[in-house]
Amino acid sequence: MNAREAEAFNREQAIRIEQQITLRYSFAAGRHATRFFTALRDEGKILATRDAAGNVMVPPRPVCGLSGLPMDEWVEVGPDGVLAGCTIVYVPFIDPMTGAQRPVPYGFGLVRFDGADTSIYHLLDATDPAQIGVGKRVRAVFRPREERTGSLADIRHFTVVED
Amino acid sequence: MSHAPVRAAIVATGQTDHGRRFDASLAEIAREAIDRCLDSRGLTLEDIDAVIAGNMEMFEGIYLVEQLSVGALGALGKPLYKLNTGGTVGASVALACYHMVASGRYRRVLGVGFQKQSEGSTQAAITTVGDPIWERAVMAGAIGNFASMASTYIAESGVTQEQAAKVAVKARRNACLNPHAHLKMPDVTVEDVLASDMLAYPIHLLDMCPASDGAAAIVMAAEDLAGDLADRPAWVHAVATAHDQQYMGDSPKRLAVMRSLQAASRKAYALAGIEDPLRDFDVAEVYEPATYAELAMCENLGFCPMGGGGKLIDDGVTLIDGPLPVNPSGGVLSTNPVGATAMIRVAEAAMQVMGEAGEHQIPDVKRALATGYGGNAWTDVMILSAERPK
Repeated sequence: MNAREAEAFNREQAIRIEQQITLRYSFAAGRHATRFFTALRDEGKILATRDAAGNVMVPPRPVCGLSGLPMDEWVEVGPDGVLAGCTIVYVPFIDPMTGAQRPVPYGFGLVRFDGADTSIYHLLDATDPAQIGVGKRVRAVFRPREERTGSLADIRHFTVVED
Repeated sequence: MSHAPVRAAIVATGQTDHGRRFDASLAEIAREAIDRCLDSRGLTLEDIDAVIAGNMEMFEGIYLVEQLSVGALGALGKPLYKLNTGGTVGASVALACYHMVASGRYRRVLGVGFQKQSEGSTQAAITTVGDPIWERAVMAGAIGNFASMASTYIAESGVTQEQAAKVAVKARRNACLNPHAHLKMPDVTVEDVLASDMLAYPIHLLDMCPASDGAAAIVMAAEDLAGDLADRPAWVHAVATAHDQQYMGDSPKRLAVMRSLQAASRKAYALAGIEDPLRDFDVAEVYEPATYAELAMCENLGFCPMGGGGKLIDDGVTLIDGPLPVNPSGGVLSTNPVGATAMIRVAEAAMQVMGEAGEHQIPDVKRALATGYGGNAWTDVMILSAERPK
C-alpha cells in the first residue's frame, strides 16, 4: 500500500490485537558484580579492576577489552568523580526496576570515578539544574545502610560538589 | 588455500512507505519491501538463492521472527538467516549478503530489514538492551543516553543548539522529496526546532528520530549477473564493521570521539582507495538518530576536522545541493523503523549510485557511503560505487 491507502486503512478497517506480557527474570550477578555490590552495600566502597597495563575499569570485569589482558587486581576508586556527560531529563521514562514512571525532571549522566578510566551512567541530584555540567565534580550519595540491597541503586544519586 | 572473493553489487532495492502502518502485519510489511525490490527488476523469489532477515525482536516482543515470516520472506527451502545486531542490523544484513555472494557460494542473496515500532513500547524495548546487572537500575532510555552524549560532544566541539537544529531542518525538508519517508515538514525552521518540547537537555523533540513502521530490501548479486540485472549496479568496494567495549561509559568521550566509526570507516577507506572522503564521496547516508549525532559522525568520518561539525552545517556542505549531501533521503531523523533503518541507509546509497533516487537524486553519483550505528556505538560501513572493482 502507498502511504495514503495505508492511512485510510489505519483509520477505517484495521484490527489490532492487544496483549500484555509480563516476564520475570532472576539474573546471576556473577563473581565480579557480587564482589562490587557487596563492598558497595556493606562498606560504601567503589571497587574497580586493573590490568597489568594500568587500565582501571568500572564496572569491574574479567578481561580488559583494550589490552586483552586479565583484570585480576582490585582497586578502590571514587567515591568522588567527574561528570563526563550529563543531562536533565524531562521526558517520562518507566523505571525498569519498579515499572513505575520515574518523576521528572531528573538528572542523568556519566560519572568517571577518581582513579578510573571508564564511567558509569547514574542519576544526578537536579535540585539546582544550573550546577550540572560536563567536567563538574560529583560525589556519590549513598542510601542508608539498612536500605541497601546490593545494586547500583544503593547509590541514590550523585551530587555536584565544589572543586 | 584461498581464492579471490567474487565481486558483488546491489542490483535492486525496495522500501515500504514508512510511518504508522496498522494496515500491515510484521510479515506483511517485510513482504511489501521484498515485492517492491524484486518487481523493480522483474525478479521472482525463484531467482533468489538465500535470504537474510534483520529485526530487533524486542520492539514487537516476537522472538524467532523468521518463523512467522518465513513464507513472506520467500525463504522456504532456502538458507535463511536472521540477524539482530541492534541499530546496525539492517547494515549488518547488507554486509552479510555481501559476504555470502563474495564467498562464491551464493549468486543472488535477498536482504531485508523490518520493524513495526507501533506494535510495542519503544522504552521497554530499549530497556532490554541495557545490561541487567549494571545499567537497567539507572537507565534513562535512548533519549537520556543521546542527551548525555550530546553534552559531551558540545563540551568538546563547541557545537550550538542552533547548528544541531539546522540538521533537523535539513532532514525534514529532504524527507519531502522522498515518497517513503515518515516525517515530512516542508516549512520547519530552526526556530521551530528550538521551540519544540525539551525531552532531555539539550535534545528537543525535533532533534530526535521518530518511531516508525517499515521495511527495506536489497538484492546482492555476483559479478557475472550484476550487469544483466541492473543498468548501473551499485558495486560494493568495501565493507567494515567495528565495535566499542561493552558498557555505555566505556568510551571516554562518547559521541565526540567515536572509536568504532573511526576504525570501521578508515578500514573501508583504505580498501576502497578513499583518500579524501569529502572529495571522493558524492553522497553519504549516515545513521543519525539525533541531530548532534550527524554532526559528530561527519567529524569522525573525516568530512571535516574534529570539532568542525557545526561549521560544516553552517557552510551548507551537507545540504542536498552542497558539495557532499548527507542523508538526502531525510535520514533517520525522518524515518526510523529500527530493524530496517540501517538497510534504508544502504538501499538509499545504492539508489543514488544506480540513479534511481527520484526527486532526491544527487546528480552523477559515482561513490556513496552508507553507515549503520547502534548498540554501544557499534558501527557498520559500506562503500558503493558505479565502477566495477578492479
